[in-house]
Amino acid sequence: MTTDAVTGRPHIHALILGGFCLGFGLLLALTYMVTSDAIRQRADDDKQNSLSQVIPPGLHDNNLVADAVTVGGADGKPVTVYRATKAQRVTAVAYEIAGSGYAGEVKLMLGVDAEGRILGVRAIAHKETPGLGDKIEPAKTDWITRFTGRSLGDPPADKWKVKKDGGVFDQFSGATITPRGVVGAIRGGLEFFAAHKAQLVEVQ
Amino acid sequence: MAAEETATTDYGRIVRDGLWDNNGVFCMILGMCPTMAMTTSATNGLGMGLATAVVMAASSLLVATFRGWITQEVRIPVYILIVAAMVTLVDLVMNAWMHELYKVLGLFIPLIVSNCLPLARLEAFAAREPVLPSLLDGLFMGIGFTLSLTVIGAVREIIGSGTLFADASLLLGPAFKFMELRVLPADTGILMAVLPPGGFLATGMLLAGKRLLDLRAGKAIAMAGAHSVG
Repeated sequence: MTTDAVTGRPHIHALILGGFCLGFGLLLALTYMVTSDAIRQRADDDKQNSLSQVIPPGLHDNNLVADAVTVGGADGKPVTVYRATKAQRVTAVAYEIAGSGYAGEVKLMLGVDAEGRILGVRAIAHKETPGLGDKIEPAKTDWITRFTGRSLGDPPADKWKVKKDGGVFDQFSGATITPRGVVGAIRGGLEFFAAHKAQLVEVQ
Repeated sequence: MAAEETATTDYGRIVRDGLWDNNGVFCMILGMCPTMAMTTSATNGLGMGLATAVVMAASSLLVATFRGWITQEVRIPVYILIVAAMVTLVDLVMNAWMHELYKVLGLFIPLIVSNCLPLARLEAFAAREPVLPSLLDGLFMGIGFTLSLTVIGAVREIIGSGTLFADASLLLGPAFKFMELRVLPADTGILMAVLPPGGFLATGMLLAGKRLLDLRAGKAIAMAGAHSVG
């Protein structure tokens, strides 16, 4: 209101603001402590879920989340690869790939069999525009399932693009950037598999 | 409703203000950031609106409860603190215990902080009124916001995608599958409606429509603004 009130007893206001900050800070800290275990559990469930969507259960007799190896990726960042084994043989691998979408990174889980054919791709985290770019989610459209069965030679490398760029994959009406990022990420993921195939499918 | 209490608080007035007479979007023109960004479909508008209504009701309740302690000089930071704390709380709790709903609504929740409608109602109403009217004001302003966003989303979705309430069953549960309609044949939509310009056009047209209705009903049109008390 008046400068009087401000200059008069500023420490009162500081104390009040500080008190509210402390109180709500404590409330949030408490909420975080109460919820953090449940949230971590949900994140694990989600990971298990996305793994089981890209690797059919018939292909493995091991626990996918437990059997993970770390491999250096193309840009030097380590990639965690989950391996599906059946009778001591690696039948498939799954790992996270990322493409740049319209609104930041699109994280996907890619499942590839031992020959390098795609078993499935699923978006696990993205910030794409609801109603446009989020059509990569299988709950909204079946677009993402079209990659199943494809491999690095099918289509040929120069056709691993969206149609707008001269490739074979449809973009969505109204959104080209998201599919372009996703197609590029999947192609990169297959190249990663090709480069590390021996290391990934060997059994120690 | 509650006619005996009209001398002190007019609850019917609070409800009417929130839903129509002083609607957050169409009268106060507040909260335009989520209004434009999230109304690409009716379902998104509904989800954003519901999450906002919960935060508004909780923050109004808290501000009215503590209004004796909040001094004039620090009220704005305290309001922002309360709104941000409620948003974080809702975000954490939903992530932990309502995970399926969170996967759908999670996108919207952090955006509530960028909405100035909750802040405006705290300043204009909750800071001066008792707890119960403040709770109602927050709630009905939130429901009014929800209705506005759902209508804008519906208009944009029908024109832009030719559907109505697509994916509503993801937000509300499988029982609401019946709401998902296809109004126009596929690929006949005017895409601009779901792009940013469509948000401005749809909101502007609907705003003009509401004012025409108000004029027909003989109501005085006044730019109410954020600081008018109902």
